[in-house]
Parts: sequence; C-alpha cells; structure tokens
Amino acid sequence: MTTATARGRTSTPPGTVAPAQPAKRRFMKSPYPTWFFIPAGVFYVVLFLVPTIASFYFSLTRWTLFNVTFIGFDNYVQFFQEPQLVTGFINTFIYAFVTSGAKVVLGLIFGVFLSSQIIGRGFLRATIFFPVLVSTIGVGILFKVLMDPFGGPINETLAVFGIQGPDWLTNPSIALLSVALVDIWKGVGLATLIYIAGMVAIPQDYFEASKVDGAGWWHTFRHITLPLLRPATITVVLLSLIGGLRSFDLIWAMTKGGPGFSSDVLASVIYKQYQGGFFGLSTAGNVVLFVVVAAIIFPLSWWLNRKGDEQ
Amino acid sequence: MRNAVWKWGAGTVAILLAIVIFLVPFTFIIFTAGKTQAESGALQFSLPTEWALWDNIVTVLQNRDFLLVRAFINSTVITVVSVAVMVVLAAMVGYVLQRRKSRWNPIVNGFVLAGLIIPPAVVPTIWVMQGIGIFKTIPGLIAVFIAFGLSFCILLFRAFVATIPRELDEAAIIDGAGPVKLFFGVIFPLLKPVIITVIVVQAVFVFNEFTYPLYFLPGEENATVQLTTFNYIAQAVSSYNLLFADVLLITIPPLIMYIIFQRQIVAGMTSGAVKG
Repeated sequence: MTTATARGRTSTPPGTVAPAQPAKRRFMKSPYPTWFFIPAGVFYVVLFLVPTIASFYFSLTRWTLFNVTFIGFDNYVQFFQEPQLVTGFINTFIYAFVTSGAKVVLGLIFGVFLSSQIIGRGFLRATIFFPVLVSTIGVGILFKVLMDPFGGPINETLAVFGIQGPDWLTNPSIALLSVALVDIWKGVGLATLIYIAGMVAIPQDYFEASKVDGAGWWHTFRHITLPLLRPATITVVLLSLIGGLRSFDLIWAMTKGGPGFSSDVLASVIYKQYQGGFFGLSTAGNVVLFVVVAAIIFPLSWWLNRKGDEQ
Repeated sequence: MRNAVWKWGAGTVAILLAIVIFLVPFTFIIFTAGKTQAESGALQFSLPTEWALWDNIVTVLQNRDFLLVRAFINSTVITVVSVAVMVVLAAMVGYVLQRRKSRWNPIVNGFVLAGLIIPPAVVPTIWVMQGIGIFKTIPGLIAVFIAFGLSFCILLFRAFVATIPRELDEAAIIDGAGPVKLFFGVIFPLLKPVIITVIVVQAVFVFNEFTYPLYFLPGEENATVQLTTFNYIAQAVSSYNLLFADVLLITIPPLIMYIIFQRQIVAGMTSGAVKG
C-alpha cells in the first residue's frame, strides 16, 4: 500500500502524457533519500540500541571490572529478595504516581485559573514556570537546606504559626514524599503550561454556547473544559510518569536514597550498584526499570489515545 | 461586578502566593550566597549583615585551580556541539520521515518513541563507549547527548515539516536541485522557527543535565558545571555561602535563556499538548 501511494505521487499529473524520461529518473532516485536516516541512526544504534539490547545479556551475568560470568537469573532473584532493593522497586511506583497525580490535578487547576481573566497573568505564568528550567541539582541542594529539621527556614516559619514541622528528610517514613513534594514544586509549571496551551486550543464558541444554555460554572468545566482538555491531560500524564519512573538527580541531591534505603528508587539503586562494582546487578536493575516503564507507558498511551478516538 | 472582584481579588491572592511559594526560596540562594561563612552556617532566612557576594563568587571561581571556570568551558563546549549536531541530524530524519512514505517509516517511528520512553542502559553504554575508546572523554559525552536527545528533536521537526508546502520541493526539483541541495538550500532555512525552539530547549536540558556526566564523564579533570556543586557538599559542609554561590552561578545561564527565548521554550515544551 505504501509503495502504491509513493508511485501515485511521482507519476502525476494524471491525464497528461508525462515525458517518460524524467518520470522514470525521479522514480528511481527519490528527492527524499533514505540515507538521511543514517547519520542520526549511527549515534542512535551505537549508543542507545546496542547497549539496550546488550543489557538483557549482561543482566544475566556476574559482571565486574575484570570478568563476565553467566549466572542465569540470579541477579533478578537477588533483586526481589534483598529488602533494600525491593524498597527501591516499590518506591519507584509511589514516587511516580504521587508526582504524576499531583501534577495533573494542580496543573489542571492552575491552567484553568491562569486562563481566566485575572490581573498579573503573564507574571504568574512566568513565575510558576521558571523552576522547570533551573538545575535540578540546584533545587535539590536548596530544599535540602530549607527542609533542615534543625533550624531550617521551612520549619522555623511553621513554628511562627505554632505548627511543629515534620523531619522532612530525616524521617524514613516521609523522606520519599518530601522529595516528591519538591519534584511537584519544580515540575508543576510545565503541566500548567501544557494545560494553558490546551485551553487556548478550545474554541470560545463552546463556552459561549454553554453560557447561552444557562450552564453553571461547574457544568461548563465538567462537560466542556475537561473533555476538551483530554489531549493536554494525556500529555501531562505520560510525560510526568516517564519522568517520575526514571527520576534520579533530585533524589540523589536531597537524600542519596536515605535515611537507610527508605527513599531509594530503581534509578538510585542502579547507580549505587554501579558504584559498588556490581555491574551485572546494576544492569539487572536497568532491565527491571525498562520493563516497568514499558509495561506502564505503552499500554497506557495506547489506551488513552484509543479512548479518545471512540468519543 | 463579580468579574471585577474575581479579576483583582483572585489575581492579587495568586500573585502573593506565587511570590511566597516560588520566588522566596530563590531569594534564599542569593541571601546565603552573600553571607560570610560563619553567618551562612546558621541557615537563617535573613539578609546578610554584610554583603560578601562578590568575594564568595571570586572564591568559588578560583577554588581548586579554577575548577568552576573549566567546568563552565566544558559545559559550554558540550552544549554547543551536541545541540548543533542534534539539530542537523534530527532535521534530516524528521524531513524524510514526513515527506516520504517508505517501509522504513514504521521502524524509524518506533525507534523515535522508544528513544523518548526507554531509560538508557547505563553500564552497557559505558561498555560500548570503552570499546570504541570514548568513555571519560568530552566527545564521548557529546555523542551520548546526541544519541539520547535525537528522538525529541525528530518529533518537533517532523511536525513542522508537515506545514511546509510540497509545491516548494517540486519547484526546487524542477529547477534542478538535487536531494542535498533541496534540503540544505531550500527546506533547512525554512525550519528556522522550530530550529530556534529545539536549540533553546535542548541547550537548557544539556546544560542542566547531571546524570549523564555523572556516569559517562566522571573525574575532576573534565568536570561539568552540575557536578561542581558536589565538591562543596563532599568537601566542606560548613561553607554554605560558597555552595550557594556555586548554585547561583550555575542557575544563571538557563534563566538568561528563558528571559530571551521565553516564547520558544514554552512552544517547545508544550508541543504535543494540542494535537490529538
């Protein structure tokens, strides 16, 4: 079918008798050469595709600086037996779903709010967005100090209002959520902008029509804004889930996976095992992360886009 | 009447909240970077009693045999080269992908999606880089950035090429332009708006990236800016003033990019939100 369309294009216009010579030459040598793929392909294949495929083999080995021994599925068994590695596995899901969910909800609220007629819209949009562009490491270091349990500015401020602030990063049961909170703070601007772009794309006629029909604010939001913002929601969900599952630098800058292993995620486990010289185990972690990301993102994007087509 | 209350009331509240939540934390960076070492250790949110910002910046720049200056040079080279190569190669792919329906298209599209979604396998990548002798080298890190960044750029280029009328290609072909001249002489200059977007977004991304240099360019002789902060954390916990002076310096370049190219950055980062 694809060849048919390609041929149909080159042999136009129909009806007129095209001179045989140029038509034939053009068919043989397309103006859009396939070799344009090659330079990019070399980088992609050598540094992304080959390592990804090789990772499946290396994850089945005991791999150190000196040698590679095939050991079957031992790495994976170890991965799901050692408590600290299992913690990292579970935390990955918690972190990704908490940050993604919060970014969708807050991004939607901020996006709709910043699309309404209020003063200072430009300022608000710029303010909420610029943490997105600041170095993640810088933000991590900043909040590590702000969240310091002993005289850190956040708890000092809370104390003024008579609130006893939690030990954000030193309490094992909330350390991961504290980092997730900072992740949301840094990333919500992007979600907001995506929703604003989605709002701009909705024709004003819809809102006017619903006003004429006497629909209230909530009805308009529920039955017009929300369904028409669907593409924006899909983008935010997928982007933030992909980012959340792979997240490493913020966690590393703030807690290094600690206290203990309480805020480890797969990406930090991969780095720790790599540092420790357990290359096979680290690569097994990479494959687990690969499978987790693929198993969540591919079906989800297929499902989200399909449901959109049915409507 | 109700609209006016909403417009001013809600707007004012939102502005105040945004300042407290998003801007005040950044003033903490500037205040702490301006303090003396003893004062910064208290971690107070307060104006410095005496401003030592300039001294701290000079100290940070000179520290460890001008490590930060060298890191800035390294990061600039890495950013400029990798983004330049990425733009040209991704434009070539996006252009052919959009223009020509061939049996390669589904495969290439699949690779592009995979490149966006799948996390890179780090240790095997190091293994490949060692094999071709580019591990721990600046060209090696540049090549990694190119390989991992291509997918995003290709998507933007493919979408933009679709808006360029085919008649233009046909006119150029009739004028006798070959494929290479057609692309670099006619199409590539027309891609200027999306090229600017890609350059700005990727430059900010590459400059801010921490994980890839950590894995693929370890060691102090080739430090990149994001890694310099960790020297202060490892080395002297008490010099918060220097740490935050460092953070301040490495935060400035992306913010300048944002102030100049606000529109392009927003366009690039929200692309995909509107299409189905």
